[in-house]
Amino acid sequence: MSHQVTQYIKEARHHGLTNEQIMKALTDAGWQAHEILEFVLEPPRPAGASADAIISVRGISKQYDKTKALDNISLEVKRGAVTALLGPNGAGKTTLVRILATLLLPTSGEATVNGLNVVTQPQKLRSAIGLAGQYAAVDEVLSGRENLDMVGQLYHLNPATAKARAAELLKQFDLEDAADRPVKTYSGGMRRRLDLAASLVNHPKILFLDEPTTGLDPRSRFTLWNVIRELVEEGTTVLLTTQYMEEADQLANHIFVIDHGHIIAQGTANELKKQVGGDVLELHMTNHDDVSQAAELIKEFGDGEPQANSSNGIVIMPTSQGPSILVEVVRRLDSAQLKLSDIILRRPSLDDVFMKLTGHGTQSNE
Amino acid sequence: MAPNPMNRTLTDILIMVKRNLLRYRRMPQLIVFSFIQPVMFVLLFAYVFGGAIHTDTKYINYLIPGIIVQTVIFGAMMTGVGLADDLSKGMIDRFRSLPMARSAVLAGRTISETIRNFFVIIVMTLVGYAIGFRIEHGFFKYFLAILLTLLFGFAFSWVSATIGLAVKNVEIAQTAGFIWVFPLVFASSIFVPTNTLSGPVKWFAEHNPISYTTNTVRALSLGTPVGDNVWYSLIWAAALLIVFVPLAVYRYRKIS
Ligand SMILES: Nc1ncnc2c1ncn2[C@@H]1O[C@H](COP(=O)(O)OP(=O)(O)O)[C@@H](O)[C@H]1O
Ligand SMILES: [Mg+2]
Repeated sequence: MSHQVTQYIKEARHHGLTNEQIMKALTDAGWQAHEILEFVLEPPRPAGASADAIISVRGISKQYDKTKALDNISLEVKRGAVTALLGPNGAGKTTLVRILATLLLPTSGEATVNGLNVVTQPQKLRSAIGLAGQYAAVDEVLSGRENLDMVGQLYHLNPATAKARAAELLKQFDLEDAADRPVKTYSGGMRRRLDLAASLVNHPKILFLDEPTTGLDPRSRFTLWNVIRELVEEGTTVLLTTQYMEEADQLANHIFVIDHGHIIAQGTANELKKQVGGDVLELHMTNHDDVSQAAELIKEFGDGEPQANSSNGIVIMPTSQGPSILVEVVRRLDSAQLKLSDIILRRPSLDDVFMKLTGHGTQSNE
Repeated sequence: MAPNPMNRTLTDILIMVKRNLLRYRRMPQLIVFSFIQPVMFVLLFAYVFGGAIHTDTKYINYLIPGIIVQTVIFGAMMTGVGLADDLSKGMIDRFRSLPMARSAVLAGRTISETIRNFFVIIVMTLVGYAIGFRIEHGFFKYFLAILLTLLFGFAFSWVSATIGLAVKNVEIAQTAGFIWVFPLVFASSIFVPTNTLSGPVKWFAEHNPISYTTNTVRALSLGTPVGDNVWYSLIWAAALLIVFVPLAVYRYRKIS
């Protein structure tokens, strides 16, 4: 149905008709104005937002009773790409996603999603978004099929369409065998997939994923990454939050590093890595207690303070002096009788970037 | 594509009612357990304490209408527990992210508890019949009694919804939701005639909205005059709805 309209608009534009003329032709043909606007025409763009920004956040702050969870955050999310909010536990990621998904009101500031204001036009906005929260929000007593069917009906699909869409998603997410079992018999990975399926029922333009892979085993995580990539290929815009550097590195076209309610850096994974510069020297001590002594010995070769972690026996230090230092480092450790199980000189990872930017690691990487 | 908003709200409420009732059908143990306690009360009062309580009529005919009101009030208190459960499991977040009517989650909950209460009343009436309870003034009046009980329970379920949304935790909702109901239920005319009580307890029991409702339901069942009880009961139900429907909806909107 909307396909015809899209086609018509394409042709009309091609012939140089203005939006007003197109609107008039379509309303004359019996279409409701809001249907045309909602589903077909480009959403209005707020002043100052760039053309390819589908989410625009301007000076958003959120104050809970005591905590300032977000402090004057501004950002733009590009249409049709994956954008990651990367930050440790408590950084404010969930708060920002909840504000954008209209679950929470900001204390101050303004934000638009798909051209709609999150505070003043929430109901309209909800038709365009999908949300998979930090914890799978599915009814445990109902079956997977019943869950999706219910969500479809609440999006006001007609019952037959809702049923068909549920079946389609169950297939896509490899849940067909379990479709009619109560969700309480599902594994964690299956619940996550069902939750994601539920957020996709209405073909959202924008998908919010709050820590989509936290708590998943590596295989399920990998599967989910591929699902997200496919969605983006089909034109969905994804905003995801993560504590995992690797996830942001693997998936995101653009990364916002967020800490204590501030955006402390942004860019592509490569751009962020460049901010660290040089290489990273990584020592794995056989005896975990040796880390601080080892850190002291190699300090002078580094561009910054070495980070010693006694719980995993690893010392990390940025350096730009190249491989020539390796021999000297090994010699020094050897003469101090500190045993190495491994020594690595590598390109910086996002972990190192985060470490450098914040002075502390992320939860997931201790 | 876009039906009018009123239809949409009704559809959404219906979907929510369907979901809640489906949950009950999947967990029949919940229903069975909700009968054990009132049946125990019936047996306890009918056969143990009943002998010591003097009423103008056969005690079982006095007791069953009271038990029905009690069961419906306790049943209504499950509303808040269910909402707290949905909140803690993230279901409310899911619903709030959908373009559905804002009021549908709460209305769906309170209506499904009322439907469940209707079945509870039928079962309790049958249990009563099995041990000698009789409707003495025709089924139409008893039907009116059931309607009043359901309305009163519906009003209480909005109080419960407000509590559930405020505490957000199933266990606390279970405690906080029930603790204030006990004195209301026991210092009332549910089990004993209020004129056998004395002092402040008597005063409280006589002005207790649960007593007004119980007196009306009992009078309709026994065929005695209902007097002003029915008006007081209706006014209380209306007052509770006027205060707690907006309060619950406000709470729902303000969830963070
Ligand atoms: N409902 C709430 N009430 C009070 N404080 C909160 C609430 N939700 C989150 N916070 C606080 O706000 C900060 C940011 O939390 P959150 O957005 O959940 O971070 P993240 O998702 O990055 O872990 C934390 O300090 C957290 O304790
Ligand atoms: Mg979070």
